[in-house]
Amino acid sequence: MKAFTYERASTAEAAAQAAAKNPGAKFIAGGTNLLDLMKLEIETPQHLIDVNGTGLDKIEAIPEGGLRIGAMVRNTDLAANETVRRDYGLLSRALVAGASGQLRNKATTAGNLLQRTRCPYFYDPNQPCNKRQAGSGCSAIGGVTRQLGVIGTSEACIATHPSDMAVAMRALDAEVETVKSDGSTRSIPMADFHRLPGDTPHIETVLEDGEFITAVVLPKPVGGKQIYRKVRDRASYAFALVSVAAVIQPDGRGRVAVGGVAPKPWRMEAAEAELAKGARATSGILLEGARPTDDNRFKIDLVERTLGAVIAEARG
Amino acid sequence: MNYKTEVSFTVNGEEQLLNVDNRTTLLDALREHLHLTGTKKGCDHGQCGACTVLVDGRRINACLTLAVMHEGDNITTIEGLGAPGDLHPMQAAFVKHDGFQCGYCTPGQICSSVAVLEEIKANIPSHATSDLTQQTKVSDAEIRERMSGNLCRCGAYSNILDAIVEVAEARP
Repeated sequence: MKAFTYERASTAEAAAQAAAKNPGAKFIAGGTNLLDLMKLEIETPQHLIDVNGTGLDKIEAIPEGGLRIGAMVRNTDLAANETVRRDYGLLSRALVAGASGQLRNKATTAGNLLQRTRCPYFYDPNQPCNKRQAGSGCSAIGGVTRQLGVIGTSEACIATHPSDMAVAMRALDAEVETVKSDGSTRSIPMADFHRLPGDTPHIETVLEDGEFITAVVLPKPVGGKQIYRKVRDRASYAFALVSVAAVIQPDGRGRVAVGGVAPKPWRMEAAEAELAKGARATSGILLEGARPTDDNRFKIDLVERTLGAVIAEARG
Repeated sequence: MNYKTEVSFTVNGEEQLLNVDNRTTLLDALREHLHLTGTKKGCDHGQCGACTVLVDGRRINACLTLAVMHEGDNITTIEGLGAPGDLHPMQAAFVKHDGFQCGYCTPGQICSSVAVLEEIKANIPSHATSDLTQQTKVSDAEIRERMSGNLCRCGAYSNILDAIVEVAEARP
């Protein structure tokens, strides 16, 4: 691990200001992904800003409906929250489908959104990777791609976003609230938060340098049957090959976001219009234009079958 | 440039004051600075669970957190749970049920097990929980799922499960 200087920030504004003052700085919250990458020297921050003391660890009801989840709320606490379990069951389900008990106790809401891909070529510093080192090339294309993306990918990168939580957040239309070093704030819809790789796969979100996530906001509950179904190579503590986050209403309409297939949670409103017709019609539109490899072509069928199982479960 | 930071926390009831390189993980602080070598370094990347300790009662991977991030925290390692002649019930159950072979993963397994039973009692859900709106209950499926962050290459899993179930059933 490269040496770095360290400070503790006590407010969100102070954290954003510290980042503006220290180019090459990173925020550290749970640290479960960042420290792993620092040990491999894939991440090499010169300065760490510890944001655990910023007090953003509360889950609060919004008077006009909805929930504001502080950026530092741990995955365990979010999954266990009574309101989340009752009104946003999809989110609880997605959270407990990811990582291990130990990791969920540390991992935060904001950090979960910002975690990096688990593409094996990104993790291997001996191989070219456009995400790790811009312009160096993509070793995954033509390599071992079973876990990798089938849609939204580019000639430069076929990595997936690994989060389960983000898939549920996308289906629930969450928004990400931030503060910049000048004190200005903004709210970014989950649909816009993660960028597609294009020819700049090293830029993964729309956040500006030093912009700091303060909360993730859930709109009013949407009801319906909320189901998160994750398919993986072992039954626990593994990343998704395919995951489906769905909210299905009694009349058959609903929302679907898919994980494990793209550089961001994958959701298409046009596909949801087909939900009442069934899984094949829906996944056909959702994955239209997919460019799978021979290794991961199975994901196309797996999305359809997983969605079919989810729809059947919703109908009871 | 200051690459070291002073940090104080409590380990197994004893206050500790350290001045460490910022890069020092909590795991290395425990083992190399405080010589509490019960906590093991397995993968050092959060994948195996051998380094599991309790921080303010919650289990975490000590390898994926920096010592300097634990100012004021209350840390319990395997040495703080029990000692020869005065074993924690979970330690005694692991011995009784042969819940290990080489023993390297065992301190992490035991710290994790103790926390798992607290998590179920505190109604924290898991992937094995069938109804999110009901109080979570101890079951084989719940324990298996919740222990998936602790790997045992000897494969003592079924005996580990027996040990945890016995302690769970003995609790009031």
